[in-house]
Amino acid sequence: MHILVYGVINSITLSLISLGFALVYSISRVPNFAHGALYITTGYIVWLFINKITGFPYLLAIILGISISGIIGALIYRLILIRIRGMEISEIIATYAIGVAILEGLRWGGLRGMTFTLPVFISGSTEILGVTVDFQRIVVVVCGALTFLFLYFFTHHTRVGLALRGIAQDERAAMMLGIDSDLTAILSLAIGSALAGFAALLLLPLGNIIVEAGYSVLIFAVAVCVIGGLGSLLGTVIASFIIGFAQILTDKYLSTHYQMVVALLAIIITLIVKPSGLFGKQKELEERV
Amino acid sequence: MEQLRRERLDRSLKVRTEGIYAISAFEEILYLLGPRLLFIVGILILPFILEAAPYWKRVINIMCAYAIIAISFDFLSNFVGLVCLGGALFTGIGGYFTAIYNHYFSFPMYLSIPLAAVSGALFCTVVLLPALPLRGVYFAIVTLMYPLLFSRIIEALNILGGTNGISGIQSFPNPYIEHYTVILILLFFLFGLRRFVNEDIGLVFRGVKDNDQAVKASGINVTTIKIYAVFIASLMGCFSGAYIAHLYMWAGLSLFALDFSIIPIASTVIGGGGTLIGAVIGSFILVPLSEILREAGTLRIVIYCVVLTLFIVFKSEGLMIYLQRKYHQFERWVKV
Repeated sequence: MHILVYGVINSITLSLISLGFALVYSISRVPNFAHGALYITTGYIVWLFINKITGFPYLLAIILGISISGIIGALIYRLILIRIRGMEISEIIATYAIGVAILEGLRWGGLRGMTFTLPVFISGSTEILGVTVDFQRIVVVVCGALTFLFLYFFTHHTRVGLALRGIAQDERAAMMLGIDSDLTAILSLAIGSALAGFAALLLLPLGNIIVEAGYSVLIFAVAVCVIGGLGSLLGTVIASFIIGFAQILTDKYLSTHYQMVVALLAIIITLIVKPSGLFGKQKELEERV
Repeated sequence: MEQLRRERLDRSLKVRTEGIYAISAFEEILYLLGPRLLFIVGILILPFILEAAPYWKRVINIMCAYAIIAISFDFLSNFVGLVCLGGALFTGIGGYFTAIYNHYFSFPMYLSIPLAAVSGALFCTVVLLPALPLRGVYFAIVTLMYPLLFSRIIEALNILGGTNGISGIQSFPNPYIEHYTVILILLFFLFGLRRFVNEDIGLVFRGVKDNDQAVKASGINVTTIKIYAVFIASLMGCFSGAYIAHLYMWAGLSLFALDFSIIPIASTVIGGGGTLIGAVIGSFILVPLSEILREAGTLRIVIYCVVLTLFIVFKSEGLMIYLQRKYHQFERWVKV
């Protein structure tokens, strides 16, 4: 039972982390390696709001944090990525460099140690199927499911969402129909970054805000996306369930240190068995030999 | 209004040195050999120049070790199209292999370094084998994980000294051997690789980068070609790692650190990708800079990353290609 409950929670956590990355890559073909950095930055900004300004409402801090994260994402595209669009190597190096710069800058600026924590939304815990689960994790699961539904609705039933999907499927045809490629890319980065921030605010209260988490978030996001197949929202979710349960099982029977090993092994096995990922369809041949 | 545009023309000297006339006069010979000789002689007498500053003499070693890693990154990314964000994998594996040979099997240093370079390279190639069918983003992502993975494994299993690392590795008998080992190997790799990429196989490498479907259609196995390339690149990286381990007489988890991945990338971009020598020049600029900024701690990495991003966005050709252009061509303003 413990495995089942915590496996579900862990899987939803992973899919929350990776949805932003998957969204950005599937729409604008930009691998946003600054994803982990934005995750930590949002947590830190919210921490600053509620700890440096006394009496600052938590909800307002959260809304501000998510918007700032989105704005940073949009700015990264507008100021930097727009100039190197299409040069794959440069895109990778530039976004990775931005991410590392933000993370190491925060570390230098004093984000060290265990003192940085966010308060949980609702404290206390309950029992589900005989397993003790604290309310924050339930909030995570509910919000994760809602985010997924929201994204599905957004990309399938709103004008903006349909425009984003149009660009993702066929950029030229979409441009002929009057959809601005750069604008949608900015939008996708903003939404992706905001999702990273949203995930951060849900998950960080469960632990400390540490710089190392930024790197591992990026790695897990990428692992999930590679296994699920990029460009597929459903694949992302299913892959996060696979990795999520695998991690909980290793945690139970081996040791926590092996979580990264499991993620990498999962990637390697997926690549050998089905190189395009479980649900990857788009441009399969062009991307992977 | 009169409009002007800038026109670039090859220098007459350059045109003259392109054919057999290159050896017709000393001027032409000097034009061709000058920059190369300046570099080779400069780097060879560098330890003597810095005799006055003993601290900076040690920086030469690190500088050259980083230069070798940077060449390997440049080769892999700009000639084969495999962007390896985890260069620290190579240094870490090389360092640990030499530590194992030297510490557990007590091989002498001149045996353990080459052995570590070759066996480490084999090991890295085998480990990277599943990732090789990938390209671009996917390869970058997977390589990013490897150094972290290995340091986690060493930490978790508490093997090879665990978090303390393996200390007591044999050091170099005297400083000049220390300097000239790495300088000569650097020159060997630099000029050897320049030759190598202009051979037939170099053409295939570039084919893999630019259009792997075409290479595949020519009946050449892309993955095999990538295996060769990764072996060569990891040979260089593992040598650097083994050398650094002997230099510090210690092999530990810091050999898998981010520095070994980021600085070579930054030097390649700053120096100019695809020139090989550019990567060397980039690390000759960045490593001393990082020594100056030693007190600043992690701010160093921030500075590299900012410089790196600025170079990629605004000056993506890099220093070396800029200098080459100035050397070979002149500019003038002409009427439109």
